[in-house]
Amino acid sequence: MLKKSRIPGILTWLTLLFFYFPIVLLVINSFNVTRTGGSWGGFTLRWYRDLFGAREIWNALRNTLVVAFTATGASTIIGTTAAIALHRYKGRLQNAHYGLIYTPLVVPEILLGISLLLFFVALKIELGLATVTIAHITFCTSYVTMAVLSRLQDFDLTILEAARDLGANTWTTTWKVLIPVISPGIIAGALLAFTLSLDDFVISFFVAGPGSTTLPIHIYSMIRRGSMPLINALSTILLAITFLAILAYQMINKKRTGQ
Amino acid sequence: MNSNKRRLWGEWLLTAPSFIWLTLFFLLPTLIIFAISFKPSDPLGGVGPGWTLRTLLSLRNPNYPEIIWRTAVLSITTTVVCIALAIPIAYYIARCKAWKRDLVLFLTIIPFWTSFLIRIFAWKGVLHPDGLLKQALVFCNLISPDTLLLYRPGTVLLVMIYTELPFAILPLYAAAEKFDFSLIEAAMDLGAGRLRAFCSVFIPGISSGLLSACLMVLIPSIGSYVVPDVVGGIGSEMIGNVIAQKTFVDRNLPAASAMAALMTLSMLIPLLFFLRGNKGKNQEPKPAREVV
Repeated sequence: MLKKSRIPGILTWLTLLFFYFPIVLLVINSFNVTRTGGSWGGFTLRWYRDLFGAREIWNALRNTLVVAFTATGASTIIGTTAAIALHRYKGRLQNAHYGLIYTPLVVPEILLGISLLLFFVALKIELGLATVTIAHITFCTSYVTMAVLSRLQDFDLTILEAARDLGANTWTTTWKVLIPVISPGIIAGALLAFTLSLDDFVISFFVAGPGSTTLPIHIYSMIRRGSMPLINALSTILLAITFLAILAYQMINKKRTGQ
Repeated sequence: MNSNKRRLWGEWLLTAPSFIWLTLFFLLPTLIIFAISFKPSDPLGGVGPGWTLRTLLSLRNPNYPEIIWRTAVLSITTTVVCIALAIPIAYYIARCKAWKRDLVLFLTIIPFWTSFLIRIFAWKGVLHPDGLLKQALVFCNLISPDTLLLYRPGTVLLVMIYTELPFAILPLYAAAEKFDFSLIEAAMDLGAGRLRAFCSVFIPGISSGLLSACLMVLIPSIGSYVVPDVVGGIGSEMIGNVIAQKTFVDRNLPAASAMAALMTLSMLIPLLFFLRGNKGKNQEPKPAREVV
């Protein structure tokens, strides 16, 4: 047996170093007294205190959560029906339908943003939380559909026929058999939609109006205005949340697959 | 007949919500980009009445060829570097022991899900004129104290690679995981060298993942505007920055629209190329976020 090459391994660990170096530095600097972070000036929690005192951040967080929950709810319903339709029926209509669902996934965010902005301006719709929510439902729907569709494709549809043969009507078959079986796909899709909505900056930035600042938009304006230590602190909190969420998700997944 | 009719109704009921929603809020807005490219601007920042070719002619701005060229070079370079790094990484993750694989995957997924604004901003701290990296480089006499690390086209490339790399690794790993590694041993038993086996057996074996990875890096790169906006300076704008500039600073929506129309058309080239390359496999490249 030939010895394995060590190059891929070395490259992988160097890449991970590359991934984490800026992030770790940012976390350390969020506790640093020195503003620009070139040297260690001592430990402080001052930036976190300032952060919790800033009203705009709480407003932005509220907006973000309102948009994320609404967009997740709506896109989960629309995406699930879309996936069932795509899976159950074939033909021209479904080909066009699939095209409509798939294309937004391969269009850069900036194009989705500018096109929706132009659409709203052309129809004289006032920009605000409603337009941001509409935009989020639009891109989340495609992701939910794909998540549910991939679950449907793994699933043996003959049990639906079995249910029908045993006398269940379409309604019962759908709610008692189909939905429970594809629910992991629906949950995965909803989680995906929620995270994407929480994170989205580019599309929201284009279609947001006064008073509909979301957290990413607020972070962006902080980056522009240059209050570096505050963004460090906020980023550290968000990083910790991301870290814990992924950890929890992986633990649940592992338990379920019984590894 | 009756059951046929009911089936048609069922199909329409299930299809209508997404079909109507996406027609209204995705298809129509995309078409509007092209329509508004033929509209004049109005001084209030809206769209003026009537039709004109002047908006499209504004694309002949002497600065644009350079910006378009830069966008192409930066996004293609980003894609090539990301793929070149991601192939051996995917190979390594797929081959190493279970606990190590879980750890490396976990460490790759975290940046993948972290807000990209934060990841871009983190580089500002690293490259800051008073930052750690600058001090280290000056200390080692590699750069002079007044060299700027931020606000250069090279910085934009570095940070673009940084933000896009996880999107290349994960689809490639998903493909590598399904790859039968005994094929490599077989190739080597038949006399192929290690590198030869890697290039002519492993790489073609993960071609479906390669396609997704390329698309998932190239397309957002062409559309990127936050990276050049935050860490790039004058002389590193990309097409996305022109769109944002026309929208938010100049308040000239028709001009932004014309630029967006140009970007949409230029996007079709790689898309058609990839879809043609994928013909017969009957599977579209999946977005990276779906793979995980």
